[in-house]
Amino acid sequence: MAKTIQEINDKIKRGKAVVVTAEEIIDVVKKKGRSKAAHDVDVVTTGTFAPMCSSGAYFNIGHSKPRMKIGGGKASLNEVPVYTGLAAVDVFLGATAIPDDDPRNKIHPGRFPYGGGHVIEDLVAGKDVKLTAKAYGTDCYPRRKLETWIKLADMNQAVLFNIRNCYQNYNVAVNLSDRVIYTYMGVLQPNLRNATYCSAGQLSPLFNDPLYRTIGMGTRIFLGGGIGYVVDSGTQHNPTVPRTEKGAPRVGAGTLSVKGDLKQMNPRWLRGASFTGYGASLAVGLGIPIPILNEEILDYTSATDADLVATVVDYSDAYPNCIAGNLGEVTYAQLKSGAIEVNGKKIPTAALSSYARAREIAAILKGWIEKGSFLLTEPVFLLPSADSGVTFKPLNERPINNNETSRPATSQSALKVA
Amino acid sequence: MITKRLVLSFPPPLIDQPVTFELVRKYNLKINILRARITPREQGRLVVEVTGSKKDMDAGLKFLDEMKVEVKALALDVKFHDERCIECSACTSVCPSGALSVQRPEMRVSFNHEKCIACELCIPVCPFNVMEIVF
Repeated sequence: MAKTIQEINDKIKRGKAVVVTAEEIIDVVKKKGRSKAAHDVDVVTTGTFAPMCSSGAYFNIGHSKPRMKIGGGKASLNEVPVYTGLAAVDVFLGATAIPDDDPRNKIHPGRFPYGGGHVIEDLVAGKDVKLTAKAYGTDCYPRRKLETWIKLADMNQAVLFNIRNCYQNYNVAVNLSDRVIYTYMGVLQPNLRNATYCSAGQLSPLFNDPLYRTIGMGTRIFLGGGIGYVVDSGTQHNPTVPRTEKGAPRVGAGTLSVKGDLKQMNPRWLRGASFTGYGASLAVGLGIPIPILNEEILDYTSATDADLVATVVDYSDAYPNCIAGNLGEVTYAQLKSGAIEVNGKKIPTAALSSYARAREIAAILKGWIEKGSFLLTEPVFLLPSADSGVTFKPLNERPINNNETSRPATSQSALKVA
Repeated sequence: MITKRLVLSFPPPLIDQPVTFELVRKYNLKINILRARITPREQGRLVVEVTGSKKDMDAGLKFLDEMKVEVKALALDVKFHDERCIECSACTSVCPSGALSVQRPEMRVSFNHEKCIACELCIPVCPFNVMEIVF
């Protein structure tokens, strides 16, 4: 009784598809039983909304008159520097980029009030941002300076392109030291006084397809309020980690690289974030539909917060210094209850990922599919899974001796020598 | 008995006057000082929780008015920009008064003005700049 994506799409087009969220499926399976639920339900929708630092966007800003080769020059959007090592008027903005004059952590902890993520939010909100650029000038691109207001609608292309989003699972962060620490997991109080976590648990996309049986290159998704696509596995994709009996990773594992047209997106689902003492980022709303092709996939989607575990890690020493070991495991049900026990001490928990918004995304995606405006796609290939041998390596540093270079001498210096 | 959370602003000439003491002694009001600050130009600001009978409260407030102490409800000095809140809950484990809390199991985050003591602990913790405290 296995289904195909094409059969499910035919039902979606006829308005007959049965779609439930990853929260609702838990009760559906309890009531109907596994086999009937797998038969009846066509799609389970998921969602997550959390800061995801490896996000960014590329823009083609259009050619000025006279032309200017920003490529190889310098440019910024609202004072936030963009990457220009591309062709004449293509630039890339990273979510964690910050203005040159931001004081950073000079007075610790810095506030990082405005960065790349905030520029993306402002552009998506339709606001004008200030584009400045400097270039060296060429015969075909003579202009050297540019200062103009620009908004999203003015750009030729504006594409959100996130090289790592949607971490399948994540550490629970605590602080064993005797001082406050400021991390990307938030402000951690000394001596285990709080714990932070960052996952939507049972609603999170990759917890609902833990071995990537349906998600791959070309999977159509909800991204930032618009429609996006999975491009590939994301950077640091690490499928070969320890897993529970039901296949869910016990630590951070799979990741996704995703893209989508920024012009369709909405600032409710793309939010600039400022982490005190750490830096700027972008909170991304992302939802993935899981086609219920068979009972195995249904089993994955019906995992509950009580079935999913995360690992508690000390961010004062173990994390920054890459010291192996952890402080044990907790379930997402425990994390969401508001307190966990670590080293025999009961400590309050807080999330950086919004469960309320994750539920809203899963519901929006469900609505799109029910209306017939969102069809599922057949992935071109699936993500590397637990049996792929793909791992995540640390950097192996090798010393560079004096004057060693890997770059060939330039022609000018070659001339001097001659 | 009624309780009010107030922000008292003292003009420079009052800095050396025991105004709070008078509120306790003459007006029989129970004062819990939540925060106090004197700025470089000697403006004094006090966040207090005042408890007493309606009669004593009214008389005490009249006394403050006569002394030219500006009195504002604390709620007006604390702003929760809900349109910026993504309901992540990062603030809820540091909020000492329970003003910022999570409703379970829905995991909705909300702010209760009445409970806020304007301690500002939430400010560095919120990545989305939701809380604004003018103090």
